[in-house]
Amino acid sequence: MLEIEIDRKRYADRGGYPHLALSGLNLQVGDGEFVCVVGPSGCGKSTLLNVVGGLDRDVDGRVRLDGDAPVDGVGFMFQEPRLMPWLTVLDNVLLVAGRSDAAKARAVDLLAAMELGDVLQAYPGRLSGGMQRRVALARAFVIEPKLLLMDEPFVSLDAPTANRLRAMLVELWQRRRSTVLFVTHDLREALALGDRICFLSGAPGRVVLDFPVTLPRPRDEAAVLALQAGLLAQHPALLAGLTARGEGTPGRDDG
Amino acid sequence: MTFGLPGRDASLRALSLLAFLAVWQLAAVWLQSSMLPTPATVFARVIDETVSLALPTHLGVTLMRVAVSFVLAMAIGAAIGIAMGRWRSVDLLLDGWLVLGLNIPALVTIILCYVWFGLSDTSAIVAVAVNKIPTVIVTVREGARAVDRRLLQVAQAYRLPRWQTLVRVYLPQLYPWLIAAARGGLSLIWKIVLVVELLGRSDGIGFQLNMFFQFFDIAGILAYTLVFAALVLLVEAAALRPLERRLNRWRS
Repeated sequence: MLEIEIDRKRYADRGGYPHLALSGLNLQVGDGEFVCVVGPSGCGKSTLLNVVGGLDRDVDGRVRLDGDAPVDGVGFMFQEPRLMPWLTVLDNVLLVAGRSDAAKARAVDLLAAMELGDVLQAYPGRLSGGMQRRVALARAFVIEPKLLLMDEPFVSLDAPTANRLRAMLVELWQRRRSTVLFVTHDLREALALGDRICFLSGAPGRVVLDFPVTLPRPRDEAAVLALQAGLLAQHPALLAGLTARGEGTPGRDDG
Repeated sequence: MTFGLPGRDASLRALSLLAFLAVWQLAAVWLQSSMLPTPATVFARVIDETVSLALPTHLGVTLMRVAVSFVLAMAIGAAIGIAMGRWRSVDLLLDGWLVLGLNIPALVTIILCYVWFGLSDTSAIVAVAVNKIPTVIVTVREGARAVDRRLLQVAQAYRLPRWQTLVRVYLPQLYPWLIAAARGGLSLIWKIVLVVELLGRSDGIGFQLNMFFQFFDIAGILAYTLVFAALVLLVEAAALRPLERRLNRWRS
């Protein structure tokens, strides 16, 4: 069980003025649950992940994974692939997995399953954007994470590539049953992936709607779209910040 | 790696060396002066000095001083450079000293070191290192400022141990700057070590050159210089360039 209680999270904005990013945000995620966090741009979604992932410790509040501060077994996928350009594909994955034989076997299997078996010794600079994301996804799963944090990992990819990566993610998650916290501004992506969707308000962000997605998997496009239309009709005011983007193609970067 | 090009590169390098020797030979024959002996005379002198063990001994002493002050300057300079690039307060604290260090003439530090710490090898090495450290700092600080924090966040998110973060995530970003500092460092240190030896040591190549100067022994001066130059080229070709190629493999 992941428990997040953030009373207050501020940071200095570009002018040096304190900016209240999150306030009174409470969120519980069950073991193995896939929760999507959706909200308008600038509502503090990335800040939330940075706090949960331990990248940002300057916060009033606490994050508990099974009662303790999360230490090991947390995977993180960023908006950009963030691979080390001087390490090969395999070494990038091994960097977080360790050098044991078991880790190596796991890394090779995982990369092969993601159709990266031919480029194990290639450097990331030679790979396409989609392939780099797959390496980043493999890096996140190779540690067999208890908790997986994903910060709009499939933005700025074309729709087919993004869909393929989503399918890979769901397959890996179903096998591994990690707890997933997935941040996106794309309502359709959230509906396609999540067991539950938490909608954040504009800054300072807090959860304004907790919506369980009951669609069976694998989810087809039409059902997702229908659910999205229903949801927008039901909560027009609440989701106002999302409608403009929610209708767009999944996986587009909002710059 | 391509196979045709390295051979071509090597022959071009050899060609430029041959051209140099040819020009030297022509000039010496034309001038017919003891001020410019022919390459053959100088090579004969190199053999003589090698057989008498004078050259290997003095060269060894000089190399030792170069190596020790190089390692010292790189280690201290890199550490301070990283700290100044990383923390603004450290940068502000040391920046004035850095500008001073960059601009103090080498001769001043050498003389002061000899006066304060005595005419010893320690003073010699300290003097050389003090001259070199500021330029290492400037280069490495630039690199440390350009470090990609987003990659460090990856290391932090996956809880990589400190040592691994340093060696596998942080330092690789600094390698181009460290190589540049090392290369510039060696060339500066060669030069300063000789001056240091000339001013206050009774062995080493700088000391020998001073002796030859007293006797107007140009062949001797050129013989030592030649060996020295060959050594510099060797270090570049056998150590620095392969190292750089290895570290830059991923860029190709």
